[in-house]
Amino acid sequence: MITYALYFAIGCFALALLFNLYRVVRAPGVTDRVLALDTMAVDAIALLVLFGIWEGTAIFFEASILYAMTGFVATVAYGKFLLRGDIIE
Amino acid sequence: MDLFWEILISALLVIGGFFGLVGSFGLVKLPDPMTRLHAPTKAATLGVGAVLIASMIYFAAFHDDLTLHELMITLFIFLTAPISAHFLAKANMLRNVDRSTLTKPEGDGDWAVFTPLSDTSAEELDEVAEAEDDEAR
Repeated sequence: MITYALYFAIGCFALALLFNLYRVVRAPGVTDRVLALDTMAVDAIALLVLFGIWEGTAIFFEASILYAMTGFVATVAYGKFLLRGDIIE
Repeated sequence: MDLFWEILISALLVIGGFFGLVGSFGLVKLPDPMTRLHAPTKAATLGVGAVLIASMIYFAAFHDDLTLHELMITLFIFLTAPISAHFLAKANMLRNVDRSTLTKPEGDGDWAVFTPLSDTSAEELDEVAEAEDDEAR
């Protein structure tokens, strides 16, 4: 049963990544692109954790922690740049 | 007991996948930038949280290996998603929204996005401090 649920969840997040990629390529404004990139990082974390369940190893958690941190810092840096035209004033 | 854990983990995985998909679909579907902020920051965050908790229960139940890494990632994402959404909303206000259509915040003064902070000179800061002193008396 877990196997089928894993298939379903991996399919959902893969499709979600494709939606995000579409939004990165074709977006009406630059904030939408940044938001789509942020969501891509979040979906990548979910895919890494699902692959960890699939393989039965806990080794992917470090990678997902790194994804979470760099994704957040990247989004804040983009947001700051859009707000002020500069990142560290 | 194994069956119970299997049902719980499968349910969490399905819920997580569904909400993750809804979050990203909303990013494509919703009509304007401010509403598009809602979908990923709420639905996708909940979806990832469900997946992470499913992973934690899976390793505790089937590998006898209870770790709290996943809970840490969940907490981190739940803490950082509102902050990044707030930043993007401020950037969107500054870049795309017409200032005359915005409602004013309570009290006098404008939204913090439109008021210069780091560009304020020392004399201006002194004047503000003096005005506040006068009010205090």
